[in-house]
Amino acid sequence: MYAQMVKSTGQAVRTRDDMTVEERAFQDRIDRGEKIEPKDWMPEGYRKNLIRQIGQHAHSEIVGQLPEGNWITRAPTLERKANLLAKVQDEAGHGLYLYCAAETLGVSRDELFDMLHTGKMKYSSIFNYPTLTWADMGAVGWLVDGAAIMNQVPLQRTSYGPYARAMVRICKEESFHQRQGFQVMLTMARGTKDQKRMAQDALNRFWYPALMMFGPSDKESVHSAQSMAWKIKMNTNDELRQKFVDETVPQAEFLGLSVPDEKLTWNEETEHYDYSEPDWSEFFDVISGNGPCNAERLKTRKKAWDDGAWVREAMLAHARKSRARREAAE
Amino acid sequence: MRDTTSALFEFLLRQGDNALVLGHRTSEWCGMAPVIEEDIALANIALDLIGQAKLWLEYAGEQEEAGRSANDLAFLRDAYDFRNLLMLELPNEDFGRTIMRHFLFDAFQVPWLEALSESSDQRVSDIAQKASKEATYHLERSEYAVIGLGDGTEESNRRMQNALTDLWPFAGEAFRDDNIDRAMHDAAISPLPSMLQPVWKIKVQSTFQLAYLTPPDSEFAHSGGRIGFRHTEHLGHMLATMQFLQRAYPGATW
Ligand SMILES: [Fe+2]
Ligand SMILES: [Fe+2]
Repeated sequence: MYAQMVKSTGQAVRTRDDMTVEERAFQDRIDRGEKIEPKDWMPEGYRKNLIRQIGQHAHSEIVGQLPEGNWITRAPTLERKANLLAKVQDEAGHGLYLYCAAETLGVSRDELFDMLHTGKMKYSSIFNYPTLTWADMGAVGWLVDGAAIMNQVPLQRTSYGPYARAMVRICKEESFHQRQGFQVMLTMARGTKDQKRMAQDALNRFWYPALMMFGPSDKESVHSAQSMAWKIKMNTNDELRQKFVDETVPQAEFLGLSVPDEKLTWNEETEHYDYSEPDWSEFFDVISGNGPCNAERLKTRKKAWDDGAWVREAMLAHARKSRARREAAE
Repeated sequence: MRDTTSALFEFLLRQGDNALVLGHRTSEWCGMAPVIEEDIALANIALDLIGQAKLWLEYAGEQEEAGRSANDLAFLRDAYDFRNLLMLELPNEDFGRTIMRHFLFDAFQVPWLEALSESSDQRVSDIAQKASKEATYHLERSEYAVIGLGDGTEESNRRMQNALTDLWPFAGEAFRDDNIDRAMHDAAISPLPSMLQPVWKIKVQSTFQLAYLTPPDSEFAHSGGRIGFRHTEHLGHMLATMQFLQRAYPGATW
């Protein structure tokens, strides 16, 4: 997802007997569906796990501006240009809400940026794929925002209050992005021969990377078990991936495009689609820095940050000077 | 009558192309700004300008009566048919220069759009009223940033001074009246641009004083953009990017 393979405590979920009194009370609150707020007591592992997850999610929104930003200057009409610009702007806004949510856990935005830039924190694997034609703007909205929604809708009920509230705002916009992407895809799929070809090619390239967004199967992961007990994670990766496939395949059919999976079939018994797993070795390559665009994405973000240093310093200096001048005048 | 119509068409292209070209340049910042808040604000400005471009160009297309839509005008004209100010097509370069360009333009645009709000042409007046609110907000922001960055640090002051020195010779183009402007003035559609220069000067000079910046002591102004006679080399590259899809796949619906 936007947060993939997030580490929790690395230990098996503790039984009630192993918990301290505080931990037991904390777990009870979560089990009752209460929200944990920034000033409440929380286990250190919970706090760290959340920082990793929210941070990774925030970074994904910010780095995620780049693949779509790549087409803003080439959008084919004024309306499409405005829609895409507004969409990418929303993603920046999502990044902002999420950094603010992470800050309530005692980590600053600058620290988080530093961890992104030094590779200590990751962002979603999906944003390390290039956007090569205009149809990719359709595919990204339809598939990537579509996959993001699968994971983020349940996160509106996550146990940490600021995170849950950020998700409520974000989800509304993500569904709008998904519909907008689908519209672009539909126009292309119903368009000229070239446009159809671009649409199919975009689906071919983005299908498996979209499935990878959910992360590898985590049925046996101790990290996921702990995150789920704390309601930081609401579903297993496989559950969400299945839901995504089940919802997306009929949409692809409606578009008249074929999903690049020969094994894809409707299973009458399970009432789900059977589908091929993505190539997980590719996923691990991307996650460890060897995706098609990892180096470039990070370089672009670092350059933007470094180039902007003088502006940030100057605005701080100006604020300091203005304050001093005001005080001197009093 | 025919003359006023074709002059009005030219006039509308000037308004639309200014908004389109600066909107496009601003959109190039997407994902690259110094802080997230600034990324969001620049996207807002780009969106306002692209929205304005659409309104002006739509009206231009109707005036022309050749069946061209706003998109046809934006994506299917070559550089020599563009009528924007030269300053707006220059590359962004650093953030300081981007902000300085916005400020020089916004300080013109605010009184200009206010005047156009009183236009004898109802449609011009309607578009100007909408755009005027946006321009007021843009000017507040760019003015604040010019003062902040001019005052901030030694480096930021140096960068802002360089930006001002570079852009100053392009700022005067907006105020050079020609026959189109006189025709618009005669029809009470717009004031003469030169009439706004004194107000503009007072505004920018007072801001530069607060920002510890000094404009070059020169009245020289490059020209050729708004009359379409001679653009810079940059516009062609901008259009090659912007118009790529419409040119490569003619007649497709997007
Ligand atoms: Fe988002
Ligand atoms: Fe989105």
